[in-house]
Amino acid sequence: MIYEGKQKIWSEYQKEIPDDHYFYVRSCIRQSFFPASEATFLEITRNRLGKDIFETEHHTTCGGIAYHSDAIPQETAMTIIARQFGLMHKYGYENYVCSCITSFGLYCETLETWRQFPELAAKIADILWKTCKLEFAKPRFIVHASDLIYHYRNEIAAMARHRLVNVHTGEPLKVVEHIGCHYSKMFPSKGVGGAEYPYVLAGMIEAWGGQVVDYPERRHCCGFGFRQYFIKANRGYSLSNTYKKFESMEPYHPDMIITNCPGCPYFMDRWQYVIAEETGKTYGENGHGIPVFTYEEVAGLVLGYDPWDLGLQTHQIGPEPVLDKMGIKYDPSRKYLGLKGKDLGMPVCPGCIK
Amino acid sequence: MKNNVLIAGAGPAGLEASAALQRLGYNVILIERSETIGGHLARWDRLFPDGESASAALDSLIEGIWGVKCFTDTEITSANRLGKSFNVILSNGIIVHADAVLMTTGFDLFEASKKEEYGYGIYDHVITNADLEAFFRNGSDPRINNPSRIGFVHCVGSRDEKAGCRSCSKVCCATAVKQACEMRQAFPNSQVYCFYMDLRLFGRHYEDMYLSAQRDYGVRFIRGRVAEVSENLDGSLMIKAEDTVASAPLKVSLDLLVLMAGMRPSVSGARIGSLLGLQSEDDGYFRVMDGILDAQRSTVPGLFLAGAATGPKTLPETLADARAAAVEIDKYLSVTFPEAKDFKQLMRKGW
Amino acid sequence: MVDFGFGIVPSSRINLDLFDRAKFEALATLEPDVRKCMACGSCTAVCTAGTFKATSLRAAIEEIQNGREKKALEMISGCQLCGKCFMTCPRGINTRHLILSIVKIYGEEK
Repeated sequence: MIYEGKQKIWSEYQKEIPDDHYFYVRSCIRQSFFPASEATFLEITRNRLGKDIFETEHHTTCGGIAYHSDAIPQETAMTIIARQFGLMHKYGYENYVCSCITSFGLYCETLETWRQFPELAAKIADILWKTCKLEFAKPRFIVHASDLIYHYRNEIAAMARHRLVNVHTGEPLKVVEHIGCHYSKMFPSKGVGGAEYPYVLAGMIEAWGGQVVDYPERRHCCGFGFRQYFIKANRGYSLSNTYKKFESMEPYHPDMIITNCPGCPYFMDRWQYVIAEETGKTYGENGHGIPVFTYEEVAGLVLGYDPWDLGLQTHQIGPEPVLDKMGIKYDPSRKYLGLKGKDLGMPVCPGCIK
Repeated sequence: MKNNVLIAGAGPAGLEASAALQRLGYNVILIERSETIGGHLARWDRLFPDGESASAALDSLIEGIWGVKCFTDTEITSANRLGKSFNVILSNGIIVHADAVLMTTGFDLFEASKKEEYGYGIYDHVITNADLEAFFRNGSDPRINNPSRIGFVHCVGSRDEKAGCRSCSKVCCATAVKQACEMRQAFPNSQVYCFYMDLRLFGRHYEDMYLSAQRDYGVRFIRGRVAEVSENLDGSLMIKAEDTVASAPLKVSLDLLVLMAGMRPSVSGARIGSLLGLQSEDDGYFRVMDGILDAQRSTVPGLFLAGAATGPKTLPETLADARAAAVEIDKYLSVTFPEAKDFKQLMRKGW
Repeated sequence: MVDFGFGIVPSSRINLDLFDRAKFEALATLEPDVRKCMACGSCTAVCTAGTFKATSLRAAIEEIQNGREKKALEMISGCQLCGKCFMTCPRGINTRHLILSIVKIYGEEK
């Protein structure tokens, strides 16, 4: 692998990411999948970096989950999105940051559709005013929350309490980065580093001391897809794609996986259990799986937040091997305590995987 | 007086046209922007379909231009109409009063790194057709390390609208088949795969070459475009394609992947073209007066075109096109500058 | 084992790394014409057995080269050796001898 060749491509796909003043929208599902990730994003950007990240309780889903499940037509999704943009405009913002990759892709798709079909944009503007009395507006900049953490990666590195380095050996941790398909596959120029060799997560890994693993099925979809998990009979499709990825990354012995999509970390985490149940195979060391994290969780670990405050106890695959390697102290007895020490109860742990 | 003919580009077309026009008694000024003449031919090793030596072919082309004023490292800096002629200022300070200009500006090789999914410049063992010819000439390339599994990807930068290249580059299929056989000669134990969309082997002896590649060299032809390339842990490549004949996706590990970079309109040719007021078509190649009956004349009087400047051509086609352009230029000058006619007849009687 | 109601689906992808080159070379030694097929499909179009059962020498050659030998044998198992494919093949492949050679090389394990 020729690193300079990748650098050349990365330099060709640099999108403009404003430094401050964002209107923030959450994901539908991330708060239940990874309960502390979005809170950590706000904590880091607002309190540690002093940025103005505005959030309103009036924002809703972007409609992507229904749009991609064929439950609503594109016009409906566009109107929901126009309402989100209208709220942004109402509160005086022009930079838009979203937590979800599906949303990010849909926002890009919508803006491109409006650009190509201005008459459709006019129609949506009309519907928006009639239904919500909100003014139609487009964001000046639209970024994904991982773009923003990427943008701040060096500032985070400067404040780091821990690095993506094995404190026992001094070796960098081997990190698999997995990018949500709708981040840049639809619009390569909208993603940091493009679609074939995205840099958004690789840049964080490098800045925080880790080593990026580039394995043959790196670009492959995790298999998530709304229709693949809504219908039980289709879940084998999702599972098989994840299985293909793990088989491909296995020879590299990755220490951890970082993702920037709502679905990918969830399924790459949970399917490891199903694969272990079905095949008896685990991909980490000593019967462990490979821990999977969101980029906010990793940023939180790097900045020294307590693993249990970051919600890592909700992962299927225990994060302990990575915490041990990074030299992060944690209290095992607090693992299943929630906010303010609330007892979450012990989950049933499977015997086939840790 | 002798008519001046300026020829831009000293590749095969420029050389052949120079020789022909010189012989017809014109004062030929041949300019070349790079340091050496010969164009892409100077970097090639052997030629399809019969494996002739490229350097021997180039040598005999160069022999033909004896007496032609040839300037290398020279570009056109400006050009103006001056009556029926052109006033052309060259980068070396010389001003040419040209009665006719022939554009033999050729083509650029498609930049293979633009097809990011193939990883040219990123993966250790991905090369282009031009790199492979250089290997055949020099005998060494660190990316070619006694490969036992070799793949050729046809149509890289051809028939690819997303890469901005709709047209077929015409010569890559034959080149790939030639190079596939040459690789089997160089590495007798290797297994060679050619990934193609359509095999366009239209010329005389080409089908023989294809049959020989299958029968004598055991080259496996797989109908399907390579869609993605990645690198395995051991540095070998993993290729994804569909075998469209078998209707199934396919993967294979390879030690070397050769990208058949296609022909693109010459960027520096386009620059000169805009100085001279030449028109291009949507595909980027220069427009000719009539694609069938008048394929060497441009839409500007006194401006002529030959070779790959008007679209992908094989070497023999390029040479024939250059000779045709010489005849067209002679016809044009004889009519436009009748006073020069007597001199020419005098010249020709002297042969 | 837990029954999830779904499971890992085996890959249907052709893996050329599984292609047995030595075996194919043995076939090509026996009948060199196997290399000459250009997948025109004439043999399949005129196949008598093909009317009743999926039969295709073209596909059999393809499957062998894709490392799917079982499928290849299936594609010629209905052959009645009538010789129509030999008549029609534009490359003059000795189809009869090729079919018998394929069975000889790849059918032994049965």
